[in-house]
Amino acid sequence: MAHPSPTGHGHGAQAAHAAHGSVRSYTTGLLLSLLLTVLSFGAVASGRLPGRLALAAIVILAVAQLLVQLGFFLHLGRSADARENTAVFICTALLILIIVAGSLWVMHNANLNMMPTSMSADQARTRN
Amino acid sequence: MSSTLTLNGAAEHAHDAHHDDGSKTTYGFWIYLMSDCLIFSVLFATYAVLADSTAGGPDGRALFELPFVFVETLLLLASSYTFGLAMLAQPAGRGRVLGWLAVTFLLGAGFIGMEIYEFGEVIGHAGPQGFSAFLSAYLTLVGTHGVHVTCGLIWLLVTMHQISRFGLNGVTRRRLACLSLFWHFLDLIWIGVFTFVYLRGVL
Repeated sequence: MAHPSPTGHGHGAQAAHAAHGSVRSYTTGLLLSLLLTVLSFGAVASGRLPGRLALAAIVILAVAQLLVQLGFFLHLGRSADARENTAVFICTALLILIIVAGSLWVMHNANLNMMPTSMSADQARTRN
Repeated sequence: MSSTLTLNGAAEHAHDAHHDDGSKTTYGFWIYLMSDCLIFSVLFATYAVLADSTAGGPDGRALFELPFVFVETLLLLASSYTFGLAMLAQPAGRGRVLGWLAVTFLLGAGFIGMEIYEFGEVIGHAGPQGFSAFLSAYLTLVGTHGVHVTCGLIWLLVTMHQISRFGLNGVTRRRLACLSLFWHFLDLIWIGVFTFVYLRGVL
């Protein structure tokens, strides 16, 4: 309850969200996001990093950016009124991990085991 | 105060009478956003699987203009910040809130304009022969995000109209809180698009 509501009504609605954050925290979030975006853009656009290193760099920067925006813009965290939202988010993140990692794993295996077009059916049979 | 509420319709009034302080609504809306997140994760997984299936057509390296997408990213990021400022301006009154929402709208509209232009370029560059599973997955993923932002823009206009008409009361504040979650959430999805579609695509 940071601000007394002039109407008296809808006080809670405001507290549910707007009580979080300040111009300072939003600005910190923006500056950090900008920095991370510029870094990941630079890592790829400069072309100085070898492919795998650049890929690792942009993945780490994206995760950092995700955490920055979740914290500074969406106000997730351990505070009492953010705890429910955070719990649902973590549950969703787990589901996403299963869906995305599972799909990639299964499809990668399917690709590996698929017969290359240059190989005839007989060749493929004798290979096993 | 009660006259303002009546203007918002009897249903809302009855709803408010149940001592709903708005936190339940924003919590429910957050759960919806998480289900939306699952839709996006499936589209991301589809794209990741099909990213190399260009069937001889142009790939990401040939089609994506990284500096152009970088500017799009900055527009969306800035709009997320200005929405935050609109939320913080609530104690200062509706004028400041409407001002920041208008800035947010312009930035979001700029983003969508650039995206539509980019889609035109990509489709034109690929040509009818260059279409592939990769391009379909790309257009579906990025297009779904674009549709979300477009819906967000329409919602933004409606909310601005409601605030200018009814002022900042319990109902409009609650709607504004939901829209802010939606808007920040779209920025979050765009981080994934920027990194895993565009940056990874040109690597």
